Amino acid sequence: MSTPAVALPPAIAPAKVTPHVHWQDRLAHGLLLLCCVALALFLVGPLAAILVKSVQDKDGVFVGLQQFREYFATGALQRSIWNTLWVATTVTAITIPLAFTYAYALTRSCMRGKMVFRVIALTPILAPSLLSAISFIQWFGTQGLLKGLLGGASIYGPIGIILSAIYATFPHALMIVLTALLLSDGRLYEAAESLRTPTMRKFFTITLPGAKYGLVSAAMVVFSYTVSDFGIPKVIGGNFNILAVDIFKQVIGMQNFNKGAVVSLILLFPVVLAFLVDWSMQGRLQAQFTARAVPYVPKRDRWFDRAMFGYCCVIALLLLLVLGMAIYTSFIKLWPYDKSFSLRHYTYGLIDAGVINSFFNSLKMACFSAVFGTMFIFAAAYLLEKTRGVPLTKAAVRLLAAVPMAVPGMVLGLGYILFFNHPDNPLNGLYHTMTILVLSTIVHYYTSCHLTAVTALKALDNEFEAVSASLKVPFYKTFFRVTVPVCLPAILDIGRYLFVNAMVTISAVVFLYSPSTQLAAVAILNMDEAGEIGAAAAMATLIVASSTMVCVAYAIVTRFLLTRTQQWRNTTLA
Amino acid sequence: MTAPAPASSAGTAFLHLAGISKSFGKFEALKSVALEVKRGEMVVFLGPSGCGKTTLLRIVAGLETQDAGSIVQDGRDVSRLPAIKRDYGIVFQSYALFPNLTIRDNVAYGLVNRKQGRKAIADRVRELLKLIGLPDAGPKYPGQLSGGQQQRIALARALASAPGLLLLDEPLSALDAIERVRLRGEIRALQQRLGVTTIMVTHDQEEALSMADRIVVMNAGRIEQVGTPREIYEFPATAFVADFVGKINVLSAVAEGGSRFRVGALSLTVARPDITAGTAVKLYLRPEEIGVHVNGAAKLDAWPARVAKVEFLGAFCLVGIALDAADVPPLVANVPRQVADGIGLAAGQAITVSLPPGAMRVLG
Repeated sequence: MSTPAVALPPAIAPAKVTPHVHWQDRLAHGLLLLCCVALALFLVGPLAAILVKSVQDKDGVFVGLQQFREYFATGALQRSIWNTLWVATTVTAITIPLAFTYAYALTRSCMRGKMVFRVIALTPILAPSLLSAISFIQWFGTQGLLKGLLGGASIYGPIGIILSAIYATFPHALMIVLTALLLSDGRLYEAAESLRTPTMRKFFTITLPGAKYGLVSAAMVVFSYTVSDFGIPKVIGGNFNILAVDIFKQVIGMQNFNKGAVVSLILLFPVVLAFLVDWSMQGRLQAQFTARAVPYVPKRDRWFDRAMFGYCCVIALLLLLVLGMAIYTSFIKLWPYDKSFSLRHYTYGLIDAGVINSFFNSLKMACFSAVFGTMFIFAAAYLLEKTRGVPLTKAAVRLLAAVPMAVPGMVLGLGYILFFNHPDNPLNGLYHTMTILVLSTIVHYYTSCHLTAVTALKALDNEFEAVSASLKVPFYKTFFRVTVPVCLPAILDIGRYLFVNAMVTISAVVFLYSPSTQLAAVAILNMDEAGEIGAAAAMATLIVASSTMVCVAYAIVTRFLLTRTQQWRNTTLA
Repeated sequence: MTAPAPASSAGTAFLHLAGISKSFGKFEALKSVALEVKRGEMVVFLGPSGCGKTTLLRIVAGLETQDAGSIVQDGRDVSRLPAIKRDYGIVFQSYALFPNLTIRDNVAYGLVNRKQGRKAIADRVRELLKLIGLPDAGPKYPGQLSGGQQQRIALARALASAPGLLLLDEPLSALDAIERVRLRGEIRALQQRLGVTTIMVTHDQEEALSMADRIVVMNAGRIEQVGTPREIYEFPATAFVADFVGKINVLSAVAEGGSRFRVGALSLTVARPDITAGTAVKLYLRPEEIGVHVNGAAKLDAWPARVAKVEFLGAFCLVGIALDAADVPPLVANVPRQVADGIGLAAGQAITVSLPPGAMRVLG
């Protein structure tokens, strides 16, 4: 006979059940806590140090907002704020349409050579931002080939900053817009076509709304990059003051850390704002993408394809002219007087002058950052996404992982000096060491890497850990045997990203190096200041060459992995 | 801690759940659930999404922690143990096979950790692959197999270490219709052959009816009824169970005393002990219990009616029926195709329907 639901009295009093925590879970929780502490120490500590410093006078006495009032009273600051904002806005307004059209050509036309155009457009990422500044000086400077084009205006100042920043930010904007355009659903276009929608209308009702969030996100990234970048205005800015250079002048020039802290906080403001806009857009960009979307396949259209091809040729040529000029400069005797081929900038300018060590320092720093950064970031993301319990620690790690994107390198660097150079900090031995350069670089680029790791981990089946537990296999075994191999492409991608950025970074590390740990990008800055523009170009060329090699190696290794060791990926139904 | 299992049900009961409650924020997923599962039995948790069936399974597995209540498995209180300390194998809807490992390595995954010899492991894997009917799958990768084959591998992996309890979380939901029917027969046969105590979660009533020794029907965090498939289908204990399992006609009625119930202008006979006259009840009748005849033979419990529509479903026809008597809601009858063809069933036709008293269920 059937037994209807019997409401048996509970066998035990309904006291809260406290589960036994297995030592493996404790291990996972402990590691996660360690990640949290590390992020607090190397991110929150330095930022807090800036906050403290900004409300103190030179002798460390609390003065409230006195420093801010003094600084705002000087007209120089207001000019810097205004300069920073209008330059960044101009760069954004020019870069975004350029990048959008380029991305549109790559996704919506049937032109030839898409692969080549794509690769060329991404080359600026491989170079330090200083390279474009040097190159523009060569083209348009006092002895520039195309000086006449400027009609008497000087490249040293806003024009130079804007041109260089457009070059440096173009690939960043392109990648974001490209992703947004690639995610669009081809079925929308088919539906529009069946309704005989004119092309222009399709563009304004489907393409543009679809790419809207991507465009806003790209604009925010370009804006923050330009506001935060310090290398370009330092080299080509002349007497044109902007905030990032002000921090440098206050700290390095006048040794006024309090004022530096004040300017840092002011610089932080627009970047945090842009970050918040971008963050909210990222969420919507993902929500827009449905798993069932069908990729758009462009149709041939002779005139449109030709126009797009022409546009991409022009842009690609301009990008190559910038990169090419720097490389060319490094291989000739003296621009523009003696254009004969020479390696003297490498042999005499770099090796004999001993500056070449800074290149090796950079390589070392980039390798350490790539290896240790990838290990830490991926492990932290794994513990965050795939272990159970400790919700508060997880929330903290999640928040801390998002913060670095909103912190300009100058601000982070200054925070590191203030925090780690403090005599009472037991870690002050780190100051000026390779370790602190590596740490600051990892923290500086943490957010993008973290997001890559989280995306890769979220693509894995959620029940791997549950299955392992039921099979009595410790989680760390499954981590090494399954999670890491399956996520290997993403892990390598993180490593490459860290390496390339570590090779070109300057803003955070410019405060942290010592003569023995000087980095290549910093050396470029110093050589440029000393008028050694040929040697500076040679160093920039070396950076581009080494980053290119790493990217090529990455491409080869990834392809090898996909075809050989990861044959399970592209399996067909037997 | 928990008192030992009550004497009455000791001996055969393998798993005792008592007073299991679980809330997610304000949402009460489980409200003091109690259940016993016998050794070697296959129990199916059946219910709509959000009824708490998966949560209950995950609590048994230790993948969620109950707020209150106890779980005793094979005489051992496992209420507070982490998943890794419990004894079960589990199969998920998504298969959760490790994509970078071969089928052989997937099946051996839990064995390798038990310090068995290589030979012993290889033998065991071969035995399991044979058991699930895929003896040659060993060197392949999961991506090279069909969904149904992957789920068989997941089953082999869960059974590899001969666990005392097998948990199946909607194992067939990701498969296509044909594969689903085939695999449900195979899983049931395998379960009976190995005699492993099994709990399966599903929202598919057909799956539950065809596979279970006993079905646990759940709704809104509570157990509505526990019984064999026949008991659940023929004697639903609550209105929810009657509605959820199979198709059923529902008639609002008022008891007239004795075995008579008034539905609109009709007075129906129901084989059922007396209910106080005047009580409002609901009468439940399965579509296949309704008899459809053409010649209005003056049968007992038969009424004149008209065919509203005929829906052809292959082996059966669903027949919409409007009774001639006033204020009686339309009924649906399930008529075998041969019978329907025999009487030339068509919309608008005058018929006689019989409503057998013995098939009518009365629920409050």
